[in-house]
Amino acid sequence: MEMFFGLLDPDYFAATIRLATPLLFATLGGILNERAGIINIGLEGTMLMAALTGVFGAWFIGSPWLGFACGVVAGALVAWIHAFVSISLGANQIVSGTAINLLGLGLSSFLIRIVFGLKEQQRVVPHFDLVSLPLLADLPLLGPVLFHQHALVYVAFLLVPVLWVILYRTRWGLMITAAGEHPHAASSVGIDPLRVRYACTVLSGALAGAGGAFLSLGQLHFFQDEMVAGRGFIALAALIFGRWNPVGGMIACLIFGAADALQFRGQAVGLAIPHQFMLMFPYVLTLAILIVVGGKSQGPAAIGIPYRRN
Amino acid sequence: MPLLRMERITKTFPGVVANDRVDFAVDRGEIHALLGENGSGKTTLMNALYGLHRPDSGRMLLDGEEVGFTSPIDAIAAGIGMVHQHFMLVPPLTVVENIVLGLKTANARGSPLLDLRTAAARIRELAAAHGLDIDTDAQVWQLPVGAQQRVEILKALYRDADLLILDEPTAVLAPSEVEHLIGVLRSLAASGKAIIFISHKLNEVMEVADRISVLRGGRLAGTVAAAETDPSELARLMVGRDIVPPRRRSSRPGAPVLWIEDLSVRDDRGLRAVDGVGFSLFEGEILGIAGVDGNGQKELTEAIAGVRAVEDGRLDLPGLAPSRGARFRDIGHVTEDRHQTGLLMSFRLWENLALKSSGRPPFGSPFWLRVGAMRDATVRAIETFSIKAPGPDIPASVLSGGNQQKLVLARELGLGPKLLLAAQPTRGLDVGATEYVHRRLLAARDDGMAILLVSTELDEILALSDRILVMYEGRAMGQVNADEVTRETIGLMMSGIASREAATGSAS
Ligand SMILES: Nc1ncnc2c1ncn2[C@@H]1O[C@H](COP(=O)(O)OP(=O)(O)O)[C@@H](O)[C@H]1O
Ligand SMILES: [Mg+2]
Repeated sequence: MEMFFGLLDPDYFAATIRLATPLLFATLGGILNERAGIINIGLEGTMLMAALTGVFGAWFIGSPWLGFACGVVAGALVAWIHAFVSISLGANQIVSGTAINLLGLGLSSFLIRIVFGLKEQQRVVPHFDLVSLPLLADLPLLGPVLFHQHALVYVAFLLVPVLWVILYRTRWGLMITAAGEHPHAASSVGIDPLRVRYACTVLSGALAGAGGAFLSLGQLHFFQDEMVAGRGFIALAALIFGRWNPVGGMIACLIFGAADALQFRGQAVGLAIPHQFMLMFPYVLTLAILIVVGGKSQGPAAIGIPYRRN
Repeated sequence: MPLLRMERITKTFPGVVANDRVDFAVDRGEIHALLGENGSGKTTLMNALYGLHRPDSGRMLLDGEEVGFTSPIDAIAAGIGMVHQHFMLVPPLTVVENIVLGLKTANARGSPLLDLRTAAARIRELAAAHGLDIDTDAQVWQLPVGAQQRVEILKALYRDADLLILDEPTAVLAPSEVEHLIGVLRSLAASGKAIIFISHKLNEVMEVADRISVLRGGRLAGTVAAAETDPSELARLMVGRDIVPPRRRSSRPGAPVLWIEDLSVRDDRGLRAVDGVGFSLFEGEILGIAGVDGNGQKELTEAIAGVRAVEDGRLDLPGLAPSRGARFRDIGHVTEDRHQTGLLMSFRLWENLALKSSGRPPFGSPFWLRVGAMRDATVRAIETFSIKAPGPDIPASVLSGGNQQKLVLARELGLGPKLLLAAQPTRGLDVGATEYVHRRLLAARDDGMAILLVSTELDEILALSDRILVMYEGRAMGQVNADEVTRETIGLMMSGIASREAATGSAS
């Protein structure tokens, strides 16, 4: 017991938020995508490609911010492929997403070896440092947890209300919901569901890309094979848990972030549990959550169904 | 000058001429009915006007100016509104959200932020003006179909439609709702709107329209003034021959087949949908269950069919096989929705036909399927039930609604059941197919089958039933002999007004 509570200090909560951030980017992207009716199980591969592109960008341009921008653009481009295959060609979205995951896996480990060479694969590149918000960071307890973070952490959490307003309080939000629930109804009032779906898919890729680039430039500072480690899939679980709502998605990401942080802490503190079990923790939690809420939640009605004009 | 004039509109689809040089015109303030059987080209003609597709030839004049819309947005901008046969509403959005969907003017200042309060106020104004009672904040999935239809009409009015097209608007409505809709349309016409009312029901068209244009096989069979025509002329124009209503011989009931006392059944949401109903059904008779949709008829038939649990009460099937498995063969079940539960649309005709008995001779053993026998039986069924199909190997989805229903009947009657549950057996069918189904049901009754007919169409109930039971909110409002009852009495009972005592003719 003693040991368990020893884990819970401000550092732990700060780590929770930091670890939730890449997930949150990807989850928000996934929400946007799925609400428009397109499943993107390729988030994982998209994040991986963006993590890699971010590292390349930061190294060759010499700035983490421009590297991050490269990652975002790469994410958008990868998602564009998914959009073309699944929206324009009307192919099965699961197959297309799986192809992107496989492509991301193979291509990223190939490119890192080609560009950085076998010996210097894990070259540390210009990366993000923690930013303390003036005054706020000095608050007791809350300061170190909330206001001594990467700049991108603030960006991610600010995107939650932004996306919420877009989805529930704007014309665009109605168009997105219509495209995902009943695309024929959308087109009967002059909305082009294909364009809405394209836009949402590409934006979703950009957001997943932000998550991937944050992983490499904010957390790891280099690129490693398979470094996304299933976070793209956990994001899909998070959006189901959050019922396709940005706020719900954020809560889910924080829970996963907490599980991830616990796993790191457990290893550091030297809990008497084999670390392999600790490593499993976030994934077991994902399964457990899906078992509890997965069956009950209902996604958009037209999700996964290609739309064709008649 | 008419508001709309369509001249010599022709539209072909691969292998079908859907519209063949059709002329059509509507005036302001006029309700103009477009009458025709299913597949006669009514929807196609209106889709051409609404910009959903381009006609191959012909021209359209709106207010004297030639138009040719390439998308519904152009049609909407020109003041045309269409209420589609299958509603174009987004279920999880609210009524206001559905109505402003896609409009750039959702906020007066042009920002993408929605101003739903102003929109709702205007919607309530329009609604009040034409008797379109609606709760603007309800989510559409919570609304009954009648209310959803009002949302569709309001959607068109909100976009300032001068010409309103309603595609088969009464197909989903109960008699009282139809009356209400007709009132709304009259009010709209009186305010100067032009209304195109699509239907395949003669009586209705006679009641609502000023003029009636009849389509048959894609061609205009004629345009007549409602005041100068009668149902038999319309029927001739529509079908190309006289329609003879089926003649019902008096029934000779035999042994009891179904015995129900104090039956209660819950619906999918766990609410009590059937509440203490009791009746009996004998060989060689048709018991009609009348009632507005959603008053427990579906749950009642499903409980009898053995696909829904009985909560309380007694449900006996004397003379039927006692085991649940074997009982499926003794009960034929024409389900109310042939797309959801009647057929597997992607399965071929022979697969659908053999669905209920694939594990038994002649179609197979518990392990093997005899595809040859199934196909042969299907070829025979295509013949005896005059199903219009090129062969047994096409998927059921290719058939028209009427032919799909014939396939369901062929399967359900094919096993020679003792009891037939026929729920909405002619919903969405044209005159010819309806007539056919009715004749089949009467013939089966004369052969001694016990038939429970559930229908929301009063005419159908009156034409076929020997006895009639009216359901309202899960209860039996009363049971009457078909020969001793008037439309009005049943109509009142369907609205829950007349009590069992007041309306009982004879209860056995
Ligand atoms: N998109 C389409 N593709 C091919 N055939 C069609 C299409 N739409 C309608 N048809 C055919 O055109 C004919 C007229 O159909 P429709 O206008 O829907 O009739 P109605 O509305 O009078 O029932 C039918 O034979 C139908 O099968
Ligand atoms: Mg039609």
